[in-house]
Amino acid sequence: MRYQLIGVNHKTAPLEVRERLAIPDSRLAEACRQLTVHPGVEEGLVVSTCNRVELVTHTANGAADLRTFLHEHFRLSSAELDPHLYELRDKEAVRHVFRVASSLDSMVVGEAQILGQVKEAYATARAVGAARGQLEQLFSRAFAVAKRVRTETAVGSSSVSIASVAVELAKQIFGNLKGKTVFLIGAGKMSELAARHLLAHGCTSIFVSNRTYDRAVGLAHKFEGQAIRFDDLYSTCDKADIVITSTGSPRAIFHREHGEHFLQRRKNKPMFFIDIAVPRDVSPEMAKLSGIFVYNLDDLQQAVSAHVADRRKEAERAEAIIAIEIERFEARLQTLDVVPTIVSLQEHLETIRQAEMDRVRGRLGPLTPEQEMAVEALTRGIINKVMHTPVTALKAAARDQEATTVMDVVKRLFNLRDKRDDSTSDHDPESHR
Amino acid sequence: MPLLWLRFALACYFIGLVYAFVALNRASDLFSRIALHAAGLGLLFHFVSLVELFLSDPVVWASVHNGESLLAFASMAFFMGIYALYDTTSPGVVVFPIVFFLTLIAATGQQPFVFTSTVQQRGWLIAHIALIFTGYAALVLSFGASLIYLVQERRLKSKSLSKLSSFLPPLEVIDQIGYRSLLLGFPFMTLGLLTGAVVAVSTYGRFNFLDVKILLSVLMWLVYMVMVFARWNSGWRGRRAAVLASFAFVAAIVAWAANYFSAMHRFAAS
Repeated sequence: MRYQLIGVNHKTAPLEVRERLAIPDSRLAEACRQLTVHPGVEEGLVVSTCNRVELVTHTANGAADLRTFLHEHFRLSSAELDPHLYELRDKEAVRHVFRVASSLDSMVVGEAQILGQVKEAYATARAVGAARGQLEQLFSRAFAVAKRVRTETAVGSSSVSIASVAVELAKQIFGNLKGKTVFLIGAGKMSELAARHLLAHGCTSIFVSNRTYDRAVGLAHKFEGQAIRFDDLYSTCDKADIVITSTGSPRAIFHREHGEHFLQRRKNKPMFFIDIAVPRDVSPEMAKLSGIFVYNLDDLQQAVSAHVADRRKEAERAEAIIAIEIERFEARLQTLDVVPTIVSLQEHLETIRQAEMDRVRGRLGPLTPEQEMAVEALTRGIINKVMHTPVTALKAAARDQEATTVMDVVKRLFNLRDKRDDSTSDHDPESHR
Repeated sequence: MPLLWLRFALACYFIGLVYAFVALNRASDLFSRIALHAAGLGLLFHFVSLVELFLSDPVVWASVHNGESLLAFASMAFFMGIYALYDTTSPGVVVFPIVFFLTLIAATGQQPFVFTSTVQQRGWLIAHIALIFTGYAALVLSFGASLIYLVQERRLKSKSLSKLSSFLPPLEVIDQIGYRSLLLGFPFMTLGLLTGAVVAVSTYGRFNFLDVKILLSVLMWLVYMVMVFARWNSGWRGRRAAVLASFAFVAAIVAWAANYFSAMHRFAAS
């Protein structure tokens, strides 16, 4: 197991840093390709969401310099980046991947979106050949673990989410939400969920706007709201009490002057902006205006952290599942390590058997089909009995983390070379000794 | 006897005062309920005290300390009304200390100043006192609400959300409390000034606008009107509303203090 993981997330890096590291979907495949040609990296995958940017790799010797890759790729100095980085190896890297996929490392613990994002990242890396055997093992297991966590615990229940926090905040500002208007700008599961919650808690009307008008119409239809052309955004926005914005704009779309304009038209009635976009859609200057309340992803994290106590027990159960799954995964990987040796042993003994059979046939002359079958069964039985002890020992050793020692002994005893030895022997003549 | 009832009321208000200081640090539902019951009981004692005073001589309300007692009562009554409407005790943080100190002064039993102007229209005078103190009480509430609005706005801005379920009501509710108090108090204040003018004219045969009390009272009324207009027309909230409310509050105190310098509306040591 030579997994290495490096990255930043919402706990280690502020939004300003994450904004600079975010990799758009369109450039994710290229980033994966570049990662795999980085010295020491055999396979690589990049997870880039609004809350995290992580490189998950399988390396040749478990010590690839992934920091250098990040510095070069994002053109950031060590001073800018390193204080926010975490780097994990082997078992800890596996644990982290399992936790991320199971949404235990999410801002809103238990939210379902992250699993889809990790799956997309994996699909992208796989499509460009950056994720093959080892990462495939890891991620297919991670997805199974995530499913188990979701099924066996209540960590994914909807009691705490960005949406419920948004509703609670809106109530702190407006009290009763009856008659309030929501404006949904951009698209995204999280923002749609927040809008749905607000409507369920009394908000009566909704505007929907998107750069793609047809998409806005589709969403508006879904919420029984009104689609607004993106060009009319600023002239309509003041009619909304709560604005949920999650566009993919590289720059803020709401500035101080917009806020002033809205407040003037609303006679200073407060407005609540839920800014789920990364980079942010609402400029910090606008957030300073009296009467404008802006909560971005980091702010919501704070709100959520005040609510996660309820989920702590479920999260603890989920962590226990993950701990068991890590052990299983490790054992499975180690078992996989001994498989080539077992196969070599089988082939070696079969070769001997065939050779002995040919030799004996020459001496005995032609055999009847019944005799042939009896001899075959006899010799196979002997081989199986001979193999039983070393194979059992190998499998047991794999579980006890002594696989390498026992494999070496078996190889020496039977003069074996498995496929991995063959491939490395091309580069390392000493392995033929 | 009225003084005894007032002192009972003061003891009850003291619990409200302690609540106000405790609530600044941490919210407690139990203490909030205790303070509310104590304030209700205090209001009852206070009411008995004022009725007894009124029955002894209606114009006795016109003494400085009895006036303060009346203002404390009206402010507490407003607070209770707000609680009934909005189910929040948070305005108590501002109202309880003011009520307590006004009642404390009145409960000392000393009457250093009494109204010395010779009044011809006693009915108008009583109406003037009742109306003007109701207006003052509304102003106190509005001032308190504007301060609480500032605190709540700052809390939401600072995103200190660990205290999300604090005892402060939603921002819009605080705003409504402040605005409605203001709207309710304005006609009382206006009618109070008008009845005062009637009393002045009937007593002195003229209305001297240059009298310091009248000048400052009109100024206070103008500030009040500006505040109502600014809220109604521009929806002033937050810092600007708080500044304006503070200004009106100070103007009211100054207008009250002008009693000692006025030729028409004067108090003298008893």
